[in-house]
Amino acid sequence: MNTALLESLRDALAGDGREASIAQGLVVVELAADALLATVGKLKAEHAFDLFLDVTAVDWPQREPRFDVVWHFYSTRDFVRVRLKTRVPADDPTVDSLIGLYGSAHFMERECHDMYGIKFRGNPDLRPILLYEGFEGHPLRKDYPKRLEQPLVPYRK
Amino acid sequence: MNANLKRPAPALEYLTTKKDELIGWARKFSLFPYPFVTACCAMEFMSVSSTLYDTDRFGAALPRFTPRQSDLLMVVGTVTHKQAPILKKVYEQMCEPKWVIAFGVCATSGGFYQNYAALPGIDKIIPVDIYVPGCPPRPEMVIDGIMRLQEKIAGSKHPIVGDKF
Repeated sequence: MNTALLESLRDALAGDGREASIAQGLVVVELAADALLATVGKLKAEHAFDLFLDVTAVDWPQREPRFDVVWHFYSTRDFVRVRLKTRVPADDPTVDSLIGLYGSAHFMERECHDMYGIKFRGNPDLRPILLYEGFEGHPLRKDYPKRLEQPLVPYRK
Repeated sequence: MNANLKRPAPALEYLTTKKDELIGWARKFSLFPYPFVTACCAMEFMSVSSTLYDTDRFGAALPRFTPRQSDLLMVVGTVTHKQAPILKKVYEQMCEPKWVIAFGVCATSGGFYQNYAALPGIDKIIPVDIYVPGCPPRPEMVIDGIMRLQEKIAGSKHPIVGDKF
């Protein structure tokens, strides 16, 4: 593991209201939701994080704000990963979309919207991708009932 | 009322029985399976249909990749709610007579997927003749299932002209 590289990345990303640390061999940055686009633009332009790995969310039902939204990026030049985390409240779970920077964000954001109901400002196509039209609720939220099914075909008697 | 009046003549009854036996014998050795394969059980399905276990011995070796030419629907793997309308459509396209094997525990009951995504057993939407549990089932279990289906076919009625004969 390239510790010197990770540490220089951590130092470059800290500041401006961002907190950066190193955990499990990757740089973890916690930031405010409105700093997202600037930070990701900087990651891509200055630090060669050219591969968008995933966007997902974490539901903390007892906490306010309720959701963590988590992005992962990979640098194919330096072979390191970085994780961005931000917090959004339950009544307006909105973050900026990354489709302007990474094309693959289209699908990832649709999945995250399916599963957690996170809204991505600027993504014009948040149709269900893994779920189906007519599915109500967001199944990976902690308050979705574990056994609740929404069958498309009526059951036989 | 005399109940005997409704029974067919003994000669006709004998003929019907022999006809059912003959057609059952023919049908049980000419099962054309349609593999509706959705998940990891497919590996075991490949194993059971290839040389080592060889379902050809039971006449069930020739997969037809259109439901209209097949008479055995093998549902291999997890069926999700999103997939359920497709399975229903495939089943409805098959001509009579048709049989269904639920291959593996997911197709049988949903297995450990008791959640928003998975259909808890394909018998919620289509009738099933043989359940083969296991995750995945051993090829011996699948062969046992096919043989039990053959017994069922051999022992059932096969009306070809109307309901009676």
